[in-house]
Amino acid sequence: MEPGTDRDEGTEPTLDADFFIRWLDAAAAAVARDADRLTELDAAIGDADHGSNLNRGFAAVTRRLTEKPPNAPGAVLTGAGRTLISSVGGASGPLYGTLLRRAGKELGDAPRVSRVQLAEALRSGVGAVAELGGAGGGDKTMLDALQPAVEGLTRSFGAAATAAEEGALATVPLRARRGRAAYLGDRSIGHQDPGAASSALLIGALADTATRAADDDGHRGNGADRV
Amino acid sequence: MTTGIGGTVPIVSETDLGRAGTPGIVLVSHSREVAESVARLAGALAGGAGDVRVVPAGGDPAGGVGTDAELIAAAARRADSGAGVAILVDLGSAVLTVRALVAEGGDDGDEGLPPGARMLDAPFLEGAVAAVVAAAGGADLEGVAGAAEEARDYRKR
Repeated sequence: MEPGTDRDEGTEPTLDADFFIRWLDAAAAAVARDADRLTELDAAIGDADHGSNLNRGFAAVTRRLTEKPPNAPGAVLTGAGRTLISSVGGASGPLYGTLLRRAGKELGDAPRVSRVQLAEALRSGVGAVAELGGAGGGDKTMLDALQPAVEGLTRSFGAAATAAEEGALATVPLRARRGRAAYLGDRSIGHQDPGAASSALLIGALADTATRAADDDGHRGNGADRV
Repeated sequence: MTTGIGGTVPIVSETDLGRAGTPGIVLVSHSREVAESVARLAGALAGGAGDVRVVPAGGDPAGGVGTDAELIAAAARRADSGAGVAILVDLGSAVLTVRALVAEGGDDGDEGLPPGARMLDAPFLEGAVAAVVAAAGGADLEGVAGAAEEARDYRKR
């Protein structure tokens, strides 16, 4: 067994629209909490706006989901993706927007999905991000957290979160090959990529939401409606 | 000639709104000033843009440096007179934002890019000049795109 894969071994939570809304709310809260850290990371090798840009985008996502809650997981993700593209104002908007939109389209209009289906949908989303940015693994980008996270998610939510965190930390010694940081060449070495760091927050929020949802389902009987 | 709605500066009048057949041109920069200045420069170097709608879309909504997808999509809809829209971009998030908007296709209905909008693979300033000259000379979208993308291959030394 690999370490860190057992954060949520036990009941699988119900992945319905409500779960996805809670995931993105948790992601928005995590981004708001860590916005200063993300911006500091970006100040080292980017243009010092990642935290504030992403915070604005996820706050807009939360507003949209509250005003018009979609009734299927796919619709939650496509709507959130569209909102990020239109509200972030930096490269992370189209990148995260594409991730969520593509994943949402893969999920279609199914009212519930499985963890493995979510992993496969996110795999498509990550592929679309790689295509959009012309980047691959090892380029010191968000892909270095997201690609291992998708593999982890095929095993468990906890494995996804651990893999994303490890992937983000593993960007520190890398030399940036995409984005503004690439202009810095070797001076980008020694800094964590801000996009990988925020990706780890997004996946961490997913795992936390799953843990809470599994607990709730356990207390109430599987599939019980949220109060 | 004057500052239009949404901070854009049409360098030609938009009086003949019904006229189809001239591709529109959108200039997307991180900076509002850069987008507007390049639009003016391209119009001047083209000897007047004639019927061509050249719409700058630069900066973030607060007037700072950045990229705003809604501003870009609105500019493209204003530039559209039914013959397609050529979008020139400067760098980084401008490229990614327009790529993402193009990838969305018509999914967003009235909020996205108009049908027939495409991003050109061209240097921002040189491509803008070539595109406006070509469009003012009667080129269709294909011709405008070809002229702008040829600017990539022009060697300066």
